[in-house]
Amino acid sequence: MKLPGGTQRFLIEAGELSRFTGRFFTEGFRPRYEITELLRQCFIIGYRSLPLVGLTGFIMGLVLTMQLRPSLVDYGVEYELPAMVAISIVREIGPVITALIFAGKIGSSIGAELGSMRVTEQIDAMEVSGTNPYKYLVVTRVFAATFMLPVLVLLGDAIGLYGSYLGVNIRGTTSYSLFYTQVFDALSFSDVFPAFFKSFFFGFAVGIIGSFKGYNSNKGTEGVGRSANSAVVLASIMVFIFDLLAVQITDILGYN
Amino acid sequence: MAFQTEPYKTQPVPGSGARQADASGENVIRIRHLYKGFGSNQVLADFNLDLNKGQSVAVLGKSGCGKSVLIKCIIGLLQPDSGSIQVFGQEIPSLNHDQLDRIRVRIGFLFQSNALYDSMTIRQNLEFPLRRHWIRVKQQEVNDMVMEALNNVGLGHTVDMMPVELSGGMRKRIALARTLILKPEIILYDEPTTGLDPITGNEISELMVSIQAKYNTSSLVISHDMKCIRKTADRIVVLNTGVAYAQGTYEELKQSQDQQVKQFFT
Repeated sequence: MKLPGGTQRFLIEAGELSRFTGRFFTEGFRPRYEITELLRQCFIIGYRSLPLVGLTGFIMGLVLTMQLRPSLVDYGVEYELPAMVAISIVREIGPVITALIFAGKIGSSIGAELGSMRVTEQIDAMEVSGTNPYKYLVVTRVFAATFMLPVLVLLGDAIGLYGSYLGVNIRGTTSYSLFYTQVFDALSFSDVFPAFFKSFFFGFAVGIIGSFKGYNSNKGTEGVGRSANSAVVLASIMVFIFDLLAVQITDILGYN
Repeated sequence: MAFQTEPYKTQPVPGSGARQADASGENVIRIRHLYKGFGSNQVLADFNLDLNKGQSVAVLGKSGCGKSVLIKCIIGLLQPDSGSIQVFGQEIPSLNHDQLDRIRVRIGFLFQSNALYDSMTIRQNLEFPLRRHWIRVKQQEVNDMVMEALNNVGLGHTVDMMPVELSGGMRKRIALARTLILKPEIILYDEPTTGLDPITGNEISELMVSIQAKYNTSSLVISHDMKCIRKTADRIVVLNTGVAYAQGTYEELKQSQDQQVKQFFT
């Protein structure tokens, strides 16, 4: 039976991505460990993404607060504003928006960097000089993305809540301590932990897809551009798919 | 017949006068019945080659005839479909990754695109292969080796520059310095003068000759630049339709009346 062209391409790509991911688990935990490169990637992927994540988190918290206020005023529960914003940001909006920003910035950058290294034979040169390029380039980036995104999510959430505090005070007066007391009273372990845990998977998805697209980039500059673009699109879709799975799992486990 | 056709081919080739290849000296690369294809495109078909210690052999052929595929098979970047590739007596296609790495320390590879790491300085580019192979080498020794390699190509002053700040010819020299830093016994050159102006190309060719004389390396040069080949190669192998179609010295092949060979010399 011959499958339609699109379906066949999708299945081939899914198979190649699975094999690429499987290789990460076989090679990623065996020596030699590229610690220096891992730390360098953590700095590039984590620290350098902080301004963008911070800005979007701040705007997200501020806008969400301003948008929610009229509805809560109508129902007479304006005092619940900090609690509602906190739960929205910590449980869902914070991790997903941060992961999408992360996919746009880091997914495209990994895709383009590895793609151009492939096109200019730098990956071959690395292999010839006795380095396993998969370990040096892919494993370090995937680990860095996996461990840095949860940190960015926590920081993004914190900055988002500060934006929310300012938003609350635009049309009212709430003290800093009252706002944060209400926030922490509203949040529980089942809000924070699943959201934090799923952001590891979001980071892994962004890292592995960006690396897969770049590492297998076709020859030519057009291929590099296509790798960067498709890395962002596929990583963003994977973030939503993982989010869907996470919500089902937390529901089954009774955390919702 | 002035030139020598491929000696291991069972079928006669045009204008052939089969003779045994130069067997003097220690054989460092020995290729027999090599086949490599991509889908329906058979790039190498029953290709044979010998490279002796201290010798410089050029593989001459048209663009897309499989020259780069050949050296990528030799260095283990591509797996041949069938056939034997022996480097220092070891069968390359059957080696595992660690064994291949040990062989690769003894082989230098100059890439057509230079393949300098964009994100690293020239110093870091040169240190990279050293750090990978000799982890415990002292920093002072590393610095000395980097400077020696850079001075060999006349670019000691570029040590803290980025590759993007250099011209095409300088990048080629730096790539050559990086190739030399591990003091390889064989150097594989993939189109070493492509994309360079004639003067810079000539400088690179002279550098290749001086390196071979200084370090007594064996060289395999992949090119279609006749000036470079004439200057650097002791023997030329013409790659045509996947086989070593003809071989001989520059002067021998130049006198050939075979159209496939003659076209490179006109």
